[in-house]
Amino acid sequence: MASEPKAAPLAHHFDSYLQQKESASLGMWLFLGQEIMFFGGLFLAYTVYRWRYASAFAAASNDLDLRLGLLNTVVLIGSSLTIALAVRSAHLGKRKDLVGFLLATLALGGVFLGVKSIEYAQKFAHHLVPGPHFRFEGADPTQAQMFFTLYFFMTGLHALHMIVGMAILVWMLRPAAQGRWTPDNHNFVEGFGLYWHFVDIIWIFLFPLLYLIGRHHGA
Amino acid sequence: MRTDTNPHGVDPVRMYVSIFGGLMALTALTVGVSFIDFAHHLPSGWLNVYNDAAAMAIALSKALLVVTFFMHVRHATRLTKIVIAGSMTFFLFLFAFTLADYFSRGWLGPPGK
Repeated sequence: MASEPKAAPLAHHFDSYLQQKESASLGMWLFLGQEIMFFGGLFLAYTVYRWRYASAFAAASNDLDLRLGLLNTVVLIGSSLTIALAVRSAHLGKRKDLVGFLLATLALGGVFLGVKSIEYAQKFAHHLVPGPHFRFEGADPTQAQMFFTLYFFMTGLHALHMIVGMAILVWMLRPAAQGRWTPDNHNFVEGFGLYWHFVDIIWIFLFPLLYLIGRHHGA
Repeated sequence: MRTDTNPHGVDPVRMYVSIFGGLMALTALTVGVSFIDFAHHLPSGWLNVYNDAAAMAIALSKALLVVTFFMHVRHATRLTKIVIAGSMTFFLFLFAFTLADYFSRGWLGPPGK
């Protein structure tokens, strides 16, 4: 790849591009390992309170907008598909396709955050944000407030990861168009893909835990 | 195109689209079953966990599809797979020890009684 002056190189401490790629992948998975523990604390808190406040959590869960949650699930899994195809395009050295799929991922991420902001605005309007103005028409408002506390922390931390991811996506557009990532070294794109898929997996668990737990009691 | 970073070849677009289709089907399934009151139809056991178990089984299946195919773990080195399994082990430790504490509170009386 000497003809590409800006192409990502083979660093001198690696024997081959393959070894460099495997090291990059391993490093990214180590990072995701600690991310699992980072989100794990919130999932654990959810589990304990869900077990203690089962009926209040089911009732509070039914106040979430299932349609918007489902729409965001489809959008986010769709963005996982586009980033996977972006990584594939980088792997094949298809520069235009790479930029296109990065833009598609960015757009779907924007739709997700837009829908999320509509949901947050509804929660503020309906006095479902924990704090002095929290009001809940149900048996256990205090317990329901804990559900919404966890809802905002879990979806908030998830949205923060999306915002960071989208900032990196914007940054990636120029080097992608200039041909920095080649079939030999597109480890940055692959690593970013792993991060984006991880954020998708978090949502795959958040969606049923937050939106679906009380539906069988009648919405 | 085969380079030395590409010992497994490039996965076809068809595979990615099929996995996406599978994920969409499982999403529809999890929404569908969430409206079924399993405890109403099945004997109520120690806890009425049927709905939660169904939701988590489907979410786990979706996560496995993403990890295996989108995140290329099926092509990953053994070392990477060990790191992933190790991460999940520590995640399970976090849950096992904490829940063992919370769930068993009140099982035993005060010491000496």
